[in-house]
Amino acid sequence: MRVGLFVTCVNDLLFPRTGRAVVSVLEHVGVKVEFPLDQTCCGQMHGNSGYRKKAGGLLDRFGEVFAGYEAVVVPSGSCVAFLRERHPHVYELSEFLIDVLGVEDVGGVFPHRVTYHPTCHGMRMLGLGDKPVRLLAAVGGIELLPLPGAAECCGFGGTFALKNAGVSAAMLADKCAAIRGSGADYVAMADNSCLTHIGGGLTRTGGPRAVHYAEILAGRP
Amino acid sequence: MSQAEAFPKAAEGKLADTRLRATLRGATHTIRDRRTAVVAEVGDWEDLRELGRTVKEEALADLGSLLARFEERATAAGATVHWARDAAEACRIVADLITVTEVVKVKSMATQEIGLNEALAARGVHAVETDLAELIVQLADDKPSHLLVPAIHYNRSQIRDLFDASIAAGVDDDPAALAEAARLHLRERFLTASVGVSGANFAIAETGSLVVVESEGNGRMCLTLPDTLISVVGIEKIVPRFADLGVFLRLLPRSSTGERMNPYTSIWTGVTPGDGPQAVHIVLVDNGRTRVLRDPVGRQALHCIRCSACLNVCPVYERVGGHAYGHTYSGPIGAILAPQLTGGHRSLPFASTLCGACYEVCPVKINIPEVLVHLREPPPAEQPVMGAVSAVLSRPRWYRAGLRLARWFAAMAPARRLPWPLSRWTAVRDLPRPEQETFRDWWTRTHGRT
Repeated sequence: MRVGLFVTCVNDLLFPRTGRAVVSVLEHVGVKVEFPLDQTCCGQMHGNSGYRKKAGGLLDRFGEVFAGYEAVVVPSGSCVAFLRERHPHVYELSEFLIDVLGVEDVGGVFPHRVTYHPTCHGMRMLGLGDKPVRLLAAVGGIELLPLPGAAECCGFGGTFALKNAGVSAAMLADKCAAIRGSGADYVAMADNSCLTHIGGGLTRTGGPRAVHYAEILAGRP
Repeated sequence: MSQAEAFPKAAEGKLADTRLRATLRGATHTIRDRRTAVVAEVGDWEDLRELGRTVKEEALADLGSLLARFEERATAAGATVHWARDAAEACRIVADLITVTEVVKVKSMATQEIGLNEALAARGVHAVETDLAELIVQLADDKPSHLLVPAIHYNRSQIRDLFDASIAAGVDDDPAALAEAARLHLRERFLTASVGVSGANFAIAETGSLVVVESEGNGRMCLTLPDTLISVVGIEKIVPRFADLGVFLRLLPRSSTGERMNPYTSIWTGVTPGDGPQAVHIVLVDNGRTRVLRDPVGRQALHCIRCSACLNVCPVYERVGGHAYGHTYSGPIGAILAPQLTGGHRSLPFASTLCGACYEVCPVKINIPEVLVHLREPPPAEQPVMGAVSAVLSRPRWYRAGLRLARWFAAMAPARRLPWPLSRWTAVRDLPRPEQETFRDWWTRTHGRT
C-alpha cells in the first residue's frame, strides 16, 4: 500500500513537530510514508468562508497531488472532514492506525497526566469516537484524565475567531477553565487549528500545554 | 452598520451582560440535559429522525397539491381558508376578521414572524399573550429571545419585579405564586374573549386538521372557549397524513421540553356544531417560504418543527441569547432561516463555529452546518485577501515563498499585540512562534526529495 502524508498547511508552517511525530509513529509501526512536496492546503478555510469555487480548485489540486496513493494520512480532523466526500481515501491518523492497520499500541511512552479535547469536526463530522483516546490509553506511563464538558466547542471556527471575536473569546475562556480544572499537565487534540486557539489561550492565561496527540504517541523513553 | 457586522456588534453587547449569560447558561443546560436523558430512552431514535426528515422532504416536494388538499378538506369541514403572500397581507387578513378590541393568543412563532400584535395594536385591537413566558415578555414590552422559552432571558427575581409592577402588586418570587398571579390575570381574559388567535405546529393535508402542541393548557383555552378562532400557519407546516403525527409527536416533546409526551395536544378540523369555535379561519402564510423552497440546499430549513433543541445546544446562542440574532428565529435554525426568508441578515450564517452540535440534535436532521456554509457570502473587504491566499495555495512555488514570508512575519510580530484585524486574535490568545524549520524543510533534510 502506497501511503502519503498530507501534513496540512497549518502544521507545515506552525507545527512541524506534529508532522515529525506522525512520521515517527508511522515508521515505528512499519509504514513507509511519502510526502509529496507539491502539497499545499485542502481548501477548508476557503470552503467554510463562502469561497466555493476557490475551495473547489484546492480540492481538485489535492486530488492531483495525491492521485497515486491508496491512503493519505492527515493529522487533522477538520481537514479530513472537508476532504472526505471528494477524496474517500483520506484518513485521520487514528482512523488509519486503528481501522486500516488494526494497531492501537504504537509503542509510545509519555509519563504525564493528559486530558483529551475531542475537536468538533473530528468528533461529529468524522465520528472518530474514542479512537484517539484508545491510542493514547495504550501509551506507556500515561495518566488519562477526563475533561469536563469535553464535547463543547472551543470557539475557534476558523475565521469565526476574527469575525465573532467576542463570542470566540468567551467560549475559549470556558474551555481553558475546563482544561485547567482537569488537573492534567497536557491537553491533547486531533486538530492543530483548534490547538492554535486553545494553546494560545492557555499560554496567555496559564495552564496545561496543548499538544497534538500524535506527539504523545511518538513519545520515546 | 454594515450587515456583516450586525450580529458581532449585537453579540458584544450581550456578552457584557453577565447576569444574562448566567441565566442563559443555566436554562439551556437544564433543558439540554433533560433532552439527552429522554432521547436516550428511545431505542429507534435515529430511525425516527430519519422518518421525520423523510416526511418533511416528501411534504415540501409536493407542497402545492398538499396545500390544495388541505384547503379542500378544511373548507369541507367548515373552516375558511385564506392565503397570504407576505406578512402585511397576513396581518391585514387577520385584522379584517376581528371586530372586537381584545383577542386571546396561543403562543405562536408565525404571528411573531409577521408582527401580528403590532399590526393589531395599530388597528386598536389588544392581543393578550396567554403563554406564561409570552405574557412575561409582553408585559415587559420586550421580544421573545427563544423559540420555545420566550422569556429565557429573565430570571425569577426579574419576573417578580415585572409582575409586581403590572399584574400582581406585592407578589413574591416563588414560582407557584408567580404562576398563580398569571393564572388569575388570564382567567378573566379567557372567559370574556370572543376571538382566539393561534398558530399551528402541524397542518394535515389528508384531513384538513390543525394541531397545536403546548404545555400549559392556556392554549387549549384559547382554542376552545372563543366563538371565533383564527390560525396563522406557515405553508411549510403541512404534513401529508394524519398518521404522520405518530412520528412528530414522538420527536417533538423529547427534543423541545425534554418531556416524553406532550401535555396538551389540540387537534381540530373545521367547525364542530355546538362545540368550540363556530367560526374557524386559517391564514396560510408564504412570507418568503416559496423562495426558500427554490434553493435545493437551503430548503431543508423548512423542515424545522420549531423544537429549539438546536438553540439549547448551541455554544454561540448560549453566550448571547436570541436578541443578538435580530430576527424572530434565533439560534442555529434562525441563522439559516432568517437570511433565506428575508434576503437580509447576512451576518447570521457566520454566527457559528460549525461545531455541528445543532445537526446532531435536530429531530428532522436538518444539516444546519451545511446550510450555514452554503449561505455564507464573504464580505467585499475580505475578498482580495482570501483571493490572494488561494492564489498562493494553488501554486507550490508561491506556497513555499508564502511559508517563508509567514514564518518571517510570525517570528518578527509581537506574539501578544498584533495590528488590526489580527489584534482580534491576540486580544486573548498568543500567536504560536514558528519552529526552526518548516515540516517540508525537515522532510527534505531527513528523507530527501521523494
